Amino acid sequence: MLFKISLRNIKRSIKDYAIYFFTLIIGVSIFYVFNAISTQTAMLQLDASEYDIIKMLQGTLSVTSIFVAVILALLIVYASRFLMKRRHKEFAIYQTLGMGKGQISLMLFFETVVIGVASLAVGLFLGTGLSQIMSAVVADLFEADMTAYKFMFSADSARKTVFYFALMYLAVIVLNNLAITKMKLIDLIQSGKRTEHVTNRNVFLCLITFVAAVIALAYAYRQVGWEYTTLDEKSLVFCIVLGAASTFLIFWSVSGVVLRVIMLMKRTYYRSINAFTFRQISSVINTMVFSMTIICLMIFITICTIASSFAIRNSMNANINKLCPADIEVCCNVQSDESEQSGCDSIRHLYELSGYSIDDHIEKSVEFYTYMDSDLTIAKSMGPFLEEIKESLPHLAYETPEVVMTVSDYNRVMDLFGKDEIKLNQGEYIVMCNFKTMKDVRDYVMKSGTTISVYGNELKPMYKECQDGFIELSASNINTGIYIVPDDVVENQEPKRSYFIGDYEENSDFSIDEIEKMQIDRMEKMEANSLNYTSGLVMDTRKEILGNAIGLGAILAFLGLYIGFVFLVSCGAILSLKCLSESVDGQERYKVLRKIGVDERVISKSLLIQTGVCFFAPLSLAIIHSIVGMRFARFFLETFGTEAVMQSIGLSTVILLVIYGGYFVITYCSSKNIISE
Amino acid sequence: MELLKVDQIEKYYGNKSSLTKAIDDISFTVDEGEFVAIMGASGSGKTTLLNCISTIDRVTAGHIYLEGKDITKLKGKSLNQFRREKLGFIFQDFNLLDTLTAYENISLAMSIHGISVKEMDAKIQKVANQLGIEDVLKKYPYQMSGGQKQRVASARAIITNPRLILADEPTGALDSKSSKMLLERFTYLNEEYKATIMMVTHDSFSASYAGRVIFIRDGKIYHEIVRGDDSRKEFFSKIIDVMTLLGGDVSDAI
Repeated sequence: MLFKISLRNIKRSIKDYAIYFFTLIIGVSIFYVFNAISTQTAMLQLDASEYDIIKMLQGTLSVTSIFVAVILALLIVYASRFLMKRRHKEFAIYQTLGMGKGQISLMLFFETVVIGVASLAVGLFLGTGLSQIMSAVVADLFEADMTAYKFMFSADSARKTVFYFALMYLAVIVLNNLAITKMKLIDLIQSGKRTEHVTNRNVFLCLITFVAAVIALAYAYRQVGWEYTTLDEKSLVFCIVLGAASTFLIFWSVSGVVLRVIMLMKRTYYRSINAFTFRQISSVINTMVFSMTIICLMIFITICTIASSFAIRNSMNANINKLCPADIEVCCNVQSDESEQSGCDSIRHLYELSGYSIDDHIEKSVEFYTYMDSDLTIAKSMGPFLEEIKESLPHLAYETPEVVMTVSDYNRVMDLFGKDEIKLNQGEYIVMCNFKTMKDVRDYVMKSGTTISVYGNELKPMYKECQDGFIELSASNINTGIYIVPDDVVENQEPKRSYFIGDYEENSDFSIDEIEKMQIDRMEKMEANSLNYTSGLVMDTRKEILGNAIGLGAILAFLGLYIGFVFLVSCGAILSLKCLSESVDGQERYKVLRKIGVDERVISKSLLIQTGVCFFAPLSLAIIHSIVGMRFARFFLETFGTEAVMQSIGLSTVILLVIYGGYFVITYCSSKNIISE
Repeated sequence: MELLKVDQIEKYYGNKSSLTKAIDDISFTVDEGEFVAIMGASGSGKTTLLNCISTIDRVTAGHIYLEGKDITKLKGKSLNQFRREKLGFIFQDFNLLDTLTAYENISLAMSIHGISVKEMDAKIQKVANQLGIEDVLKKYPYQMSGGQKQRVASARAIITNPRLILADEPTGALDSKSSKMLLERFTYLNEEYKATIMMVTHDSFSASYAGRVIFIRDGKIYHEIVRGDDSRKEFFSKIIDVMTLLGGDVSDAI
């Protein structure tokens, strides 16, 4: 009997439940899709290193899943509590008819179970379909072969999804039970007669708060978006807290005064049914200042996460061919101190000491040294601008010596890289640098032709700005600066590091993969017997960098999407529930409007404005936040190249439009449906 | 002058197996400046009649003419326009918007007509004065008494100068003192401003304020009496007599 009532309740309040159910289904399917990635990719033909990356991706995603589960749990508990509050009157009727609290609990238990099982079933079904699409995305990311692909269902992921969601529903049941035991009949009965609470906030206080919040926000913006170079961790955290607090205060103060301000504009306020519309809006935003703040911040995080993660991924993939023009690079520190076990005057020597030949399976190679003059520190190279630069970049290691190499060595490297050689006149220097922040600083210094002293030789800059170049293989623009000097400047000086850069033999008995494996083995062995002379030993291979970059890119992209989806769904669901319940409460008012002869078109327009403001208010502030946030992110993204930033912002806009916009449209349509009864 | 003409209207509810005749061939006319009460027990069809006249409900057969225009033929936009421009409603449960102040509630009726803000204020002050609600203009419905609410609703109904004011049990939710006050205001509006009022009620006391009472029973006109030169008390006892004959619940007639 109770079960029957439960079923009937669900059917009857399907309008209230629809958006809740819809959200649950999306939650379940997102959860399934992201946890099924590793199973889905089992069918793809990936090699070992790519498989390792998938493993790492899986690890990252399962940790993130816990976070996502917490967010979803909070959302579900919030939504179910919200729906329950709307049913107080119904519970009161049950109780006056003699139904015990235990029976009401049991009835709610049935309801939750029915909705839970249904949402899991539909969600998993949908998720299985979506994860096939996801496989194609993964295959594309790893440029894998999809011909052997078959339809897949991940039992593991399904089990995990069921487990997590069962826990969430259990939490809902427990909390509902607690709420019911605490309910008093008298409160339930009176809950229908809600006294129209008109917030009467002090206008003066609101205005002061608003101004203060705007100033605080502007300060935080300035710090984060424009003066990021002077920002340390502490002040960044401070700015984030300040930003969040001022977001709340802006919503609080605006919702408090906006109605009064509009009421002063009599022409607008008393036109058509504007008075009614504005009152409705004011009452909604007044009761959800806190939710709006949370929603605004969540949208902000979503936009920035998706945009940055995709920007990093896209730029990295684009950069990699440019920044890795050779197959392998090894280097170590030069130690000529004979009193130590044994000196090691070059990387070749180091290989020989370990019993290897560095030239094995190498077709073309180049060897060279870099130097460091302990008198030419970063501080010294700044010349007269040091104090000025210290102000904007206080955290730079100013006492580190600059890296110096000869022009002929550099040209030999360029020859191997297949790039143009450079020319350098006597008595001059060139700086090779592609790390944006350092490039800016160095350009500023060189613009006024600042001379430097290398091993006692005065050198003038040949160009007024840094040249784009590097000697170390990497996935991103992280060369902070190399001074190219005429050959005779470093004559008879002690070299600091020894480099070996080479290309693998193409037409040998061994494949590239085998050569790569041999190189890695050797390096591991040399590192294992860590003798004194192996200090600073580093190996980079093109294959490794490429693999890591793709893997990191994929992980970032998935994380961005995962968190972004869940956040947007949560925001949309909260706003939607609030707007729909407002429509249900307002049904009577719309009837009155119809009775006094208001056109249906005017009513629809009013509803559209109400729903629009509800969704747009948090979004608009979030967009402003994001503009500043992306400025800050750009600063970091510059390392990876910023070509893809606009494209990524476009992508996050599309995702935002589809999910958030989708919720908006659904909300408006169902609200319209509710009030037209 | 004849303002409203109800011509042989019928209204059926239900299906073939169980047909309910809520209105069974009713015809009457209301002249301009008249104050008519329609009386009858619960279920007699009086509210259905009012709903048909107010175009909230549709008749099954027959015609209703307002100023010679057949309003049963109106549809969609012109229906809304008609309701907005020609009629003023007063409901038993007031139907004020709980989120708006009294002033805003009244102004809403004008703003949907597109009346300018300047004109609005003067008109609201005038009607508030007539109905004695100047003090509550800034208040919200939940801060007012039932009588005040009904007078605000009346102000909203009459402020656009409708041709016909329709009142559905306006005193139904009021105590006797508030009822008396409201009805006196109706009489005042009727006499001073020649407002045409049609009031549905089951309460003989309320009906005694009208100039003519039409009694309805089982969907048909049962009787009709005109006050003429009678005092309100004499008219009241006449109504009681008819009610007794009608077999209505005498306790209704306080």
